[in-house]
Amino acid sequence: MHKKGSLGFFIFLIIFSFFVVFLYGPILSIILLSFQGPSGGLTFPLNGFSLYWFGELWKGSGLVDIGASFRRSIMLGIFVMILTVVLSVSAGLAFRKKFIGSDLLFYTTIASLIVPSIVLSLGVALEFRLIDSIIVTIGEMFEIQIILENFQTSLGMYTSGFGAQLTWTLPFGLLIMFAIFNRFDKSLEEAARDLGANPNQTFWYVVFPIIAPSIVGIALFGFTLSYDELARSSQVMGATNTLPLDLRGLTTTVTTPIIYALGTVTTSISFLVIGISLSFVYLLRHRKIK
Amino acid sequence: MKEKIHIFQPKLSWLAIPFALIFIAYFIVPLTLTLIVSFWDYTEYSIIPDFIVGNYIYIFDGCFTFENGLCLTFKTYISTFFFCFFTWLITLLLGFCVAYFLAFYVNSLPLQITLFLICTIPFWTSNVIRMVSWIPLLGRNGLVNDTLITLGLIQEPIEWLLYSTFSVILALVHLYTLFMIVPIFNSMLRIDKEVIEAAYDSGANQFQIIKNVIIPLCKPGIIIGSIFVITVVMGDFLTIGIMGGQQLASIGKIINTEMNYLQLPGAAANSVILLFITIFIIIVMTKFIDIRKEL
Repeated sequence: MHKKGSLGFFIFLIIFSFFVVFLYGPILSIILLSFQGPSGGLTFPLNGFSLYWFGELWKGSGLVDIGASFRRSIMLGIFVMILTVVLSVSAGLAFRKKFIGSDLLFYTTIASLIVPSIVLSLGVALEFRLIDSIIVTIGEMFEIQIILENFQTSLGMYTSGFGAQLTWTLPFGLLIMFAIFNRFDKSLEEAARDLGANPNQTFWYVVFPIIAPSIVGIALFGFTLSYDELARSSQVMGATNTLPLDLRGLTTTVTTPIIYALGTVTTSISFLVIGISLSFVYLLRHRKIK
Repeated sequence: MKEKIHIFQPKLSWLAIPFALIFIAYFIVPLTLTLIVSFWDYTEYSIIPDFIVGNYIYIFDGCFTFENGLCLTFKTYISTFFFCFFTWLITLLLGFCVAYFLAFYVNSLPLQITLFLICTIPFWTSNVIRMVSWIPLLGRNGLVNDTLITLGLIQEPIEWLLYSTFSVILALVHLYTLFMIVPIFNSMLRIDKEVIEAAYDSGANQFQIIKNVIIPLCKPGIIIGSIFVITVVMGDFLTIGIMGGQQLASIGKIINTEMNYLQLPGAAANSVILLFITIFIIIVMTKFIDIRKEL
């Protein structure tokens, strides 16, 4: 059973290989097409080889201000990553013991993962629009000039936007924490305490090094899922656009390989982040014990 | 079962408070408001606190008389269920085979991890780009049409490859098969290899082992994966929008359109209905499993 070289092995090997080609083939094709010459089109065959479309992208010709939305997405991604790590790890520690409402919180987290994104986006947008009307009403009641003259909306990346993204990243963070603590050998902590370590020392010298690779994993989820998030972000970013929001707009308007160049750049960034994170995980797992 | 070692542990439950606050502010309150606002009235410019059922009546207008055939809402739900069903079926078959190969044919752990990561990495890249990347392959002058014409298999380019039901399901499978692979793979790793050996020694062939041993033991993974895929497709508006060339209907797209026209109470009412249907599907599916034990 399950021997290499059996008929079954080849059948499943072929299915698996097909899946990998299916997974990576399309993205490889747009990476190839983004390196075309100036006369290149949206489909094969390749017309020349150059960095022309990356130059066009850099100049921002004919596009909305991609550079700005790109920087915004990176900043928001880092912000969401930090919050995802801090909140998931602390909640993960809390969940090691039952507490009042722990089941409720757990199921809320799971529900957040599977609630249709459009519904969540609508809900958060509604919440902040209602906050808007409350602020305006207060402004009118007390004739606060700053509000009457300047206030537009409370919707924004760092008010509503990051929260909507956290409802997507935090469940992954908590699930990773559950996975690590379910397999955690508690006798290690016991040993540390028997040797006289206080709870702080136990955490930083015993628990933290063991869970460190998983924390890097949580950071990876936090950043990449925020950086590319679109469904939940679609209604809650206020006046500003993140990169995925601009990208979605471009899919209907841009008819040159410049969109492939943009795809190549943003995918490279994702790959870079994934590569760095996975190397970190690998190093942390295989570091020498001093 | 978890072993019980009783050691002194400081009470750390307060550490869950910031986490809980995020979910109150950005999940519980927004969903509650959606339910409330679905009973509000609205004009072209503003939403008005009220308690009316007009938004719901409007959604089901003409749905139960069948005077003009099926109403728009029913048609949209049928279209959404259609995408759900086929995406679910294909991701399940494909995801199961991939997980099966990884779990039972790959014996070296480093190789297993590497191959698993190869399947996972695209999940951390942009969904929109992953959709756009089908254009050079499936377009009218795309690679698939070109190849088929060169081979002489077709004379005219196939029109239904892109911006069609086909491309939507293809893209959904492309994006979400991972949601099946991970939980099924997780379940498979827990299967005691000796159980399979015992079945094999008793004369069962591979098909019988898959059918009578592996699938029943993977049931929790299959159900969790199915829940993920079905819920994500139920609320989808991006894939169906972009890959359907904005021509195909889904309930998520209706909500999205209503929001863009600031018909918020209408969008809220549609969201509430979608939410209840989704919850109903999940309840039916989770009847027999405990998600928490599966981690």
